[in-house]
Amino acid sequence: MTHLRESLSDTLVLARRSVLRIPRAPDLLLSFTVQPIMFVLLFVYVFGGAISTPGYSYVDFLIPGIIVQTMSFGGFVTALGLAEDLKKGLVDRFRSLPMSRAAVLSGRTLADIVTNTVSLAMMIVVGLIAGFSFATSAPEILGGVLLALLFGYAFSWVFAFVGLSASSPEASQSFGFIIIFPLTFVSSAFVPVDSMPAALQAFAEVNPFTVTVDALRALFLGAPAGNSIWGAVAWSIAIAALFAYLSVRRYKRAISS
Amino acid sequence: MLGLLGPNGAGKTTAVRILTTLLRPDAGSARVAGLDVERDAAELRSRIGLAGQYAAVDENLTGAENLEMVGRLYHLPKGEPRRRAAELLEHFGLGDAADRLVRTYSGGMRRRLDLAAALVARPPVLFLDEPTTGLDPRSRIDLWETIEGRVAEGTTVLLTTQYLDEADRLADRIAVIDRGSLIAEGSSDQLKDQVGGERLDVTLEEQASAEAAITALEPIAADHPAVRDGGISVPVRQRKGTIADAVRRLDEAGIGVDDVALNRPTLDDVFLTLTGRAAEAAEEEASR
Repeated sequence: MTHLRESLSDTLVLARRSVLRIPRAPDLLLSFTVQPIMFVLLFVYVFGGAISTPGYSYVDFLIPGIIVQTMSFGGFVTALGLAEDLKKGLVDRFRSLPMSRAAVLSGRTLADIVTNTVSLAMMIVVGLIAGFSFATSAPEILGGVLLALLFGYAFSWVFAFVGLSASSPEASQSFGFIIIFPLTFVSSAFVPVDSMPAALQAFAEVNPFTVTVDALRALFLGAPAGNSIWGAVAWSIAIAALFAYLSVRRYKRAISS
Repeated sequence: MLGLLGPNGAGKTTAVRILTTLLRPDAGSARVAGLDVERDAAELRSRIGLAGQYAAVDENLTGAENLEMVGRLYHLPKGEPRRRAAELLEHFGLGDAADRLVRTYSGGMRRRLDLAAALVARPPVLFLDEPTTGLDPRSRIDLWETIEGRVAEGTTVLLTTQYLDEADRLADRIAVIDRGSLIAEGSSDQLKDQVGGERLDVTLEEQASAEAAITALEPIAADHPAVRDGGISVPVRQRKGTIADAVRRLDEAGIGVDDVALNRPTLDDVFLTLTGRAAEAAEEEASR
């Protein structure tokens, strides 16, 4: 029990540390406020006219997709932060303290939920202004918001692993883009999957991004859900569990250099 | 206080990492404060403090926030992290900067904060891995005084350094390591005796007069003088009056002199004597 309580307390101490720094590094703040707004506006007004989305206006079709993409990228703060901690010797300090071995990682990923919530709120507000409208009721919308945050949390663990594995903070960021960019584009996030070539379609249909975007469209727009909602929850939990395991294992051997 | 002395790549940091549980030893075992670094790692971490080569503090937190965070991670009783942070900041002359972000601190201030962080839980054993590397001379001396204060209060300190003067000033005992193994151990005086203590370097106008110069300086030599490039090198017993004495003797013997200088043994000399190689060469070897 003491052990569990200490782990929880360590996680909160480190999450607080990550949250405290947000308003102090305004450049980071830009990336999860202005960037999502920019994406919403670019896609709606630049691509919107050219992409046909039968049954939905493009802005309705797009908002769930762009939310999922933005949530999955939110964890880059974790990758960047961990890579910096490694570089500056903070990981050595933390590892020499009598604290939980997972707390440095769970603290950061927990803090990502805070920043992702800010991004999510920005996107919904901008989306509503650009013409997006919910077609479902409050419990479903809330469910969608929680699902989006859960999916973002899972990817924070992917980024935790990336941050601990990359040789520098800069490398961790480009690694993240290389892994996640193709995944978000070869999915139903921005275009209907049936407009893609057959090979891509096969990949897009099983892509966790497609499953999660479909689930979000069901929860926000009342689209047919199929198995997508539970599928999305399962994907998120599986990704989080796998990468939490891999990251903690790597952290235990991490040495600042 | 034990000083661990050696060139870059000698294994100082590796030793500290093993002793602070950051790295598992490939073989063998080590005990710190009676605890095994592998078996009792978790327990050991609550008894040690570590200050590293770079100031491991969070730049986007204030000095006070950094120390409070460390106090909480040591699981100090409620209220104690804040109290202890204020006390340490005051003690380290950072009281006025307590609520400033660390990224506005100077290099010396960061090192002091880093050292304060290592002391938050009053650990009985403190590891300082090259604490003054990269500091300006003034900050170095400040930090030395702080470390001496800790030792006076009864903390056991293991200090690694590449500087002989640092080990000389701070450590009771010095262990010299090279290529991962211990090559000498003893007090600063014992080590210096092995190297030969102070020496007088005389640069001659003409190398041909080396023999005559050695004869002239024989009475003040502590050991056999050696011929070196451009002059001679004479081990001497004391500093006081030596240069004036030497110049007078050389003058009386009619030997032309370009330069006379008293030199203390350097890490290079310790190294040369102990290993037969220069420290720089050892460094290159290690980095290969």
